Amino acid sequence: MTDSILRAEHICKSYDGVPIVEDISVRLDSRELVCLLGVSGSGKTTLFHVLSGLNQPDSGRVWLRDEDITGKPGAVSYMLQKDLLLPHKKIVDNVALPLLLQGMSKKSARDKASAYFEQFGLAGTELRYPAQLSGGMRQRAALLRTYLGSQGVALLDEPFSALDALTKGEIHAWYLDVMEQIELSTLFITHDIDEAVLLSDRIYIRGGTPGLIPSELVIEPPRPRGRDFALTPQFSDYKREILRLLDM
Amino acid sequence: MKRSQSITNKLPAVCSVALLLALWHFACRLEWVPGFMLPSPEAVLRALVGDFPLLLSHARVTLLEAAYGLLCGITVAFVAATLMDRFPVLYRALYPIIIVTQTIPTIAIAPLLVLWMGFETAPKVTLVALTTFFPITIGLLDGYGSASREAADLLRCMGASRVQIFRHLKLPAALSHFFSGLRVSASYAVVGAVVSEWLGGFEGLGVYMTRVRKAYAFDKMFAVIVFITAVSLLLMAAVALLRRLAMPWEAYEKVERKD
Repeated sequence: MTDSILRAEHICKSYDGVPIVEDISVRLDSRELVCLLGVSGSGKTTLFHVLSGLNQPDSGRVWLRDEDITGKPGAVSYMLQKDLLLPHKKIVDNVALPLLLQGMSKKSARDKASAYFEQFGLAGTELRYPAQLSGGMRQRAALLRTYLGSQGVALLDEPFSALDALTKGEIHAWYLDVMEQIELSTLFITHDIDEAVLLSDRIYIRGGTPGLIPSELVIEPPRPRGRDFALTPQFSDYKREILRLLDM
Repeated sequence: MKRSQSITNKLPAVCSVALLLALWHFACRLEWVPGFMLPSPEAVLRALVGDFPLLLSHARVTLLEAAYGLLCGITVAFVAATLMDRFPVLYRALYPIIIVTQTIPTIAIAPLLVLWMGFETAPKVTLVALTTFFPITIGLLDGYGSASREAADLLRCMGASRVQIFRHLKLPAALSHFFSGLRVSASYAVVGAVVSEWLGGFEGLGVYMTRVRKAYAFDKMFAVIVFITAVSLLLMAAVALLRRLAMPWEAYEKVERKD
């Protein structure tokens, strides 16, 4: 056994006879930030639906540590593209929802969630409704909810794609910072090459052709990388390599 | 600022109502219409004030029937809509029947109900329940359907059971639709109760209405109509208030939409 925390082996999934995911294997090590980068329609979201247990794969298995979690939702925390905060719940109750669903009392779920508000830059928003928060704040709340619901592993589907460029830069820096403090292994999807290089330890790259085994690229410089990293020649080299692998 | 804006918004409505009242007043004063056919607004007001204690005691009966009927209607609607949402087969089986029940005019089934159930409260409550459950059922069904699929997926990922998804996602998503339905139903309830009283009974606004009609007391007749209208409007306002209390987050969403 490797020390991978999450492993997906030979996943195949098709819809109406059209193969969307073909024989894909990915792994995520403890405290690693791994990115899935690929053009639209390359089956990334479908793969995430399988990894999260929402969908059963046609073949292949998903392992969390040594437990087979194929087709079992609830084991891995999943943040979908939109923040999906429930409009009728106050932020603290939105964030504490996974704890509540696991059977924790409302009071202790709220207490546990509140403890993280400062760290996630959400102090003072506890009793507000999602409609009262900015996009960046909502995204942070969604991330905190994902983190609280996770047992160490989170899947993020384009977590920052809905944000404008400035907010995005800000939230990247914040995210890298917070990732150092919390124990979370993360697999995330993005279309944004800069984002992938800036945040990831490893990148899986998938071109447009289905069935192509994803290429893997390791980003060497240690995290957290400052925003200046994006201006180095090394950064450009990674980008060039990725564009080549994407076949663009 | 918000207040002054709301006054400006209401100005056209206030003007049109005032204009209508003035027209009515002059139609009577200048005897465009014979006085025994159309009482003047002042006469109606006098009748309303004079009969007020009597109207209140009749209204107590009618409102009680309306309230019981509405409660029954809400209960049936809630059970029906929830089951229909949970079991699609049930939805396909019941939906046409529910639509058909709404095409039968209230006035046509009311005498039947009286024949079956007598002159007491039962047929009145039943009629109110029949007329009120429809808007609420449809509202709840739309509301359950409006819950986002993605949010349901998200909750499933958090390990939520079906009941938990209902409790935390579907039910709250249906609330605004429920209250829209309830608003309509609240006014239907009063009208339904009055109509059922026309056909028999001992007390209630409908009974009183029949009585003054037979006495050709048109001013009193109009007074009852005004009274019923006022009661319906009050009920609708109560529903709006209830909605604000039950859904405090809605206020913020509206602000956001306006920006």
